[in-house]
Amino acid sequence: MYKISKSTHLLSLVLIAIGLISTVYAFINDSHAAWTSLIFNNYFFLGISIFAVFFVALQHVAEAGWSTVIKRVPEAIMTFLPYTCAVMIFIVIAAMLHWNHIYHWMEVGIMTEGAPNYDKIIAGKEAYLNPIFFLVRSIIYVVVWIYCAKRLRDISLQGDLEGGIGKNSYNKGITVSAWFIVFFAVSSSMASWDWIMSIDTHWFSTLFGWYIFSEWSAIGFTTILLFCLFLKKQGYLQDLNDSIIHDLGKWVFAFSVVWTYMWFSQFMLIWYANIPEEVTYFMERIELSNYRFLFWFSAAINFVVPTIVLMSRDAKRNTNFLIVASVVILIGHWINSYLLFAPGTLHDHGHLGLTDLGMGLGFLGLFFYVVFRSLTTRPLSVKHHPFLDESKHLHT
Amino acid sequence: MSKKVIHAIFDDEEILLQSVKEIRSKKYDIEEVYSPFPVHGLDHALGLKETRMAITAFIYGCIGLSFGGLLIYYIMISGVGKSWPMNIGGKPNFTFYQNVPSFVPIMFECTVLFAGHLMSLTYFYRNKLYPGASTKSPDPRTTDDKFLMELIVEDSDKEITKILKSTGASEINEKNIEDE
Repeated sequence: MYKISKSTHLLSLVLIAIGLISTVYAFINDSHAAWTSLIFNNYFFLGISIFAVFFVALQHVAEAGWSTVIKRVPEAIMTFLPYTCAVMIFIVIAAMLHWNHIYHWMEVGIMTEGAPNYDKIIAGKEAYLNPIFFLVRSIIYVVVWIYCAKRLRDISLQGDLEGGIGKNSYNKGITVSAWFIVFFAVSSSMASWDWIMSIDTHWFSTLFGWYIFSEWSAIGFTTILLFCLFLKKQGYLQDLNDSIIHDLGKWVFAFSVVWTYMWFSQFMLIWYANIPEEVTYFMERIELSNYRFLFWFSAAINFVVPTIVLMSRDAKRNTNFLIVASVVILIGHWINSYLLFAPGTLHDHGHLGLTDLGMGLGFLGLFFYVVFRSLTTRPLSVKHHPFLDESKHLHT
Repeated sequence: MSKKVIHAIFDDEEILLQSVKEIRSKKYDIEEVYSPFPVHGLDHALGLKETRMAITAFIYGCIGLSFGGLLIYYIMISGVGKSWPMNIGGKPNFTFYQNVPSFVPIMFECTVLFAGHLMSLTYFYRNKLYPGASTKSPDPRTTDDKFLMELIVEDSDKEITKILKSTGASEINEKNIEDE
């Protein structure tokens, strides 16, 4: 059983306080920027928590043994999913009520012929991009995700009692996971089109869903790895051997490279073809001086740091190397999340500033609070799991 | 003192692994182990030196990257490209750095190609595997389902046979080798 130490508890509370102050200040100061800040920070943590569900589902479907020892960590991370999903739905409803102007296509009159701001291209997308369908879709995604997360958590606890292959909990886990993965394959792509790509309404990329998924994977694995290292350092998870950490390090490395691959594939084709309606997306990010540095900087550190720091086998088994690389990756992807939203909503007056950071810290504090709390609710080590022994003696 | 070669046959890789650990803890040197497939942890148990293949891979990758860069620089910019400038998508074709995104795939592929092929060749060279090489395995059953441990010990040593038997060797063959 994990027990929250006083300093951890205090840290999460301080971070939540910083977040609350930043949020209030941001909304009083510049509510347009504040909504962008809210949605991108929320997106970042939503990615981490939904990826934890995907991770557990993947282990079930693949009948993977290596990760059994650390199974409780993603299970704890996924308890943050309902909070981020609730904020996301709140943002969507607020957008429909015109409290915020994140989604350009929701503007009144933009799809009615004859209105001064009528946009023929956006009007052509009305069948898909209309507020009611948008809300219904969003609710379907999050409800199924949260339901699957809850089921997987329950099944895991049930598996502690039953154990063994072919038992009720084991088969149920595979069934739920398989359905979740099929649903997630479609819904993760659609959610990224809806919530992120539709901000730049005229622009589209067929690669976008995969690009977002690769980002979720990179930050998701990094977070799981950091929690594992933290718990091990605190004296928990004693079965966690170097090989499992090494494997997690490989995943972090691999998905950083996958992210770069997706980023570059999307960038290179658009850059090369140079078609006006496509390049607008990158023009906003490269030509505007307030995003140019962040754009190149985040792309560079998200690739170069994990590649150089984590390339060798010894580095993936060295806690300090892993922590440095992980923290840099999280910062890099946090900046990149900002760049997914801000240029489309704030155009030339967006600045990644202290309020964005403050809100991010607030989310981090809440994340710590929820995840550490849920770590205390169940034993950190799985019992009677059929692959537990394999995981304990993993050797790579 | 004459020496003898012992070939101990094992049926299972777990038993082999335990036996290797046991024998090494008794200060015997294991000459070689022949196995039909890679056994996890065997290299560690045998106390083999860490492979330097990763370092060679990195070097070969760097060579490939440089080669790809030079190749595309010659083709598109400096050599052929200067004589026949190619206008592709209206991209500037006089400078390397302005064109770098379109050159990345070529440089990436060259990196992978060089690293992959040169690593294979290095592996064959280090293991002396050339066309027509004869097998070094003393027993053809090691290509099927048996594991063979090879030791060279003093002729008078009777202890080792006992240890091998007790750790689960299914068959032990001894052969004397002449003193040189």
